[in-house]
Amino acid sequence: MKKILVFQLLIFALASSAFAQSGGELRFVLHSEPKTFNPLLTEDDSSESVRYMTGGVLVRVNRLTQQVEPELAKSWKVSKDGRTISFELRSGLRFSDGTPFSADDVAFTMKQLMDPALHSPTGDMFRSGTGQVQVNVSSQTRVSITFSAPLADIVRPFDQVAIMSAKSPQKEMAVLGPFYVAENKAGEYLILKRNPYYWKHDGQGRQLPYFDSVRLDILQSQDTEILRLLRGEIDFINSLSPDYYDKIEAENPALVHDAGVSLDSEFMWFNQVPSAPIPDYKKAWFRSTNFRRAISEAINRQDMARIVFKGHAQPAVGVVSPANKFWFNSQLHAHPFDQKSALARLNQDGFVLQDGILKDRDGHVVEFSIVTNSNKNRERMATLIQQDLSGIGIKLNVVTLDFPSLIDRMTNSYNYEACLLGFVNDDLDPNSEMNVWLSSSENHQWNPKQKTPATPWEAQIDKLMREQASTLDQNKRKKYYDQVQQIVWEQEPFIYLINHDALSAVSTALVNAHPTILRPQVYWNIDELSLHQQVARNR
Amino acid sequence: MKWARMAAIIFLLTVAGACLLANFVAPASYAYQFREEPDAAVSRHHPLGTDDLGRDRFSRLLYGTRVSLLLAPAAAVLASLLGLLIGGLAGFAGGWTERLVMSATDLFLSLPWLFLLLTVRAVLPLNVSPILSVTITFALLGCLGWAGAARMICADARSVRESEFVLLARASGNSGFRLLWRHVLPNLRPIALAQFWISIPVFIITEANLGMLGLGISEPLPSWGSLLRELQSYTAITGQPVQFVPLILFIAVIGSFHLVLHDEELTV
Repeated sequence: MKKILVFQLLIFALASSAFAQSGGELRFVLHSEPKTFNPLLTEDDSSESVRYMTGGVLVRVNRLTQQVEPELAKSWKVSKDGRTISFELRSGLRFSDGTPFSADDVAFTMKQLMDPALHSPTGDMFRSGTGQVQVNVSSQTRVSITFSAPLADIVRPFDQVAIMSAKSPQKEMAVLGPFYVAENKAGEYLILKRNPYYWKHDGQGRQLPYFDSVRLDILQSQDTEILRLLRGEIDFINSLSPDYYDKIEAENPALVHDAGVSLDSEFMWFNQVPSAPIPDYKKAWFRSTNFRRAISEAINRQDMARIVFKGHAQPAVGVVSPANKFWFNSQLHAHPFDQKSALARLNQDGFVLQDGILKDRDGHVVEFSIVTNSNKNRERMATLIQQDLSGIGIKLNVVTLDFPSLIDRMTNSYNYEACLLGFVNDDLDPNSEMNVWLSSSENHQWNPKQKTPATPWEAQIDKLMREQASTLDQNKRKKYYDQVQQIVWEQEPFIYLINHDALSAVSTALVNAHPTILRPQVYWNIDELSLHQQVARNR
Repeated sequence: MKWARMAAIIFLLTVAGACLLANFVAPASYAYQFREEPDAAVSRHHPLGTDDLGRDRFSRLLYGTRVSLLLAPAAAVLASLLGLLIGGLAGFAGGWTERLVMSATDLFLSLPWLFLLLTVRAVLPLNVSPILSVTITFALLGCLGWAGAARMICADARSVRESEFVLLARASGNSGFRLLWRHVLPNLRPIALAQFWISIPVFIITEANLGMLGLGISEPLPSWGSLLRELQSYTAITGQPVQFVPLILFIAVIGSFHLVLHDEELTV
């Protein structure tokens, strides 16, 4: 099977280079202005897009196969203790301004990245212990990096570390990726030009990338973005909502692509913070596993996928999307829609359904609010949940809030009862979720910053997450993480609802575009993208 | 124009009657989701089809019209009366009173409403019924929307104060409250009415946008604002034409009100 896949990829690579046309300009839209061009400080989507297109990295995760592939590094070796990684670099490479690339640049980048004063979000992925990171340059093409504690997956995070030049006067604007930033008109557009020193060549020996330039228009409205795509003014839309997908499909089915279920999930949770300003009897409901399981079973996820996401989604199973092929626990299945079972669970906790109204054992009517941000799909999901829960006698009040207010309630005042939000996941490895699952973490949303785990199952999750993070054997890690998924499935601190599909729209004039579920869905192989001859000539 | 006025009155009475009798006229509950029929076309069961969640559009339009037809004009009356009172008094008094009141009005106009509304949302409990939420929203809009009207009315009151008939009234011994009540305020009625009409659609649209801040009307209660919000996206342009019925009704109702009251104004 693996051989067939490799063969297909080979054919695909050869075919794509044979039909590729050099020149022209690729055009698409960013929904906001990039906040920084420093690749070590990127946090927002737009900055990350620019980093992806301009930054040269030591290794790259192939978005199609989900495997790590060599880039600036020809090969790498991880030490047995999992603390050191040694890279063998390609020789003779240059930055976009002509400055030669060497192991010193990797050392410089790592020192910058791990500087606590820089507060690099990318650097956080490497902070496994409290000690310093040692970088040893043994020659112009050999560098080894030693961390203070073992990193379970030491290679993959380097996909996001764009190497900066230690010597270039252009500093972070000198890059090793396929393009460099040539013009930035604040709030209007960004022009990236082809890097004349880019090291990659196609199967026929032509230097990549094929495009001369990339124009990124800053545009907030997706309505306008779609009209521009239909008029042929831009070449693709990286991420589409199901409504827009169906509308474009109705007009021109050749434009849309459904890459299948993505890593992202939509979920809800109940506030279990002991100090939250909500009545004690409600806190008792929310802390009950039976109550959470009952709510989960009373929600019709199939309807949600069919109505809200127009069929471009599937009921979520749990922590990990089935799209994450290695880490997904295939023993688990989505909770079925079963209101009888939900009522039985509630009865176990003393809840009684009287005249269509659910009451707890002290006679309190079961009513709570769910907050969400002003996102059309989430509002619709909440409205469906409202009707589903009315089926077991629960009154749900839906409250949409602006995002800053929502975050303030979630992280400072804890003044909410339940919350519906989405989880955007870019990383396949469970280590990227340590800040969610550890009970002491700030992002442990249902009850953050615990001094000691509030429940035995949270203590168990803490233990398993730490064990998987300190183990180098991937199969052992998988076993630990499978158990975490099992516990979360049983306890449902997060009630996972939906994993939606990765939807995009791509102009038929764009050659070699193969949208994937991993970001950046359409332009992950930007150096191999090109336009059909006729279109390229007109640009 | 008598026939047009008659037609407008009949239309308004029909709309008001249908809304008041919504419980009997509506083919379904405004909240019930017919999940097997989302985005359904017009049919005998659903005279205007269903929305994207399968809710009967006709029922939602009836209940939404009831909410907006009652509350948006109520908020507009509140805002216009406050504007008339504050702007009229300032313009009539003139001098430092006018300067002081108008400075306060300018200050009020410069207040960032958004933050004020966010503060209000923060103070309100989350478990608020949709009816209470919508009432609070329109009351707030009425209390906050007077400043623009006050400026306009003040300018008009100033010119009335300096007009010859007021001079004549003063010369005849009229002063103070009697002068204001008998001579100034009646002459400010047209501009106050104009402000009232301008405010209604503004408040309806504002209410729709406030939904994003957790104010406004919460699901599943419909309003004109929430029904019009469905038309904001590109998907609505190519959607079913029946989606535009709330917009057409909104324009027709405002136009009819205008026609009826404009004729009344002419007969005063």
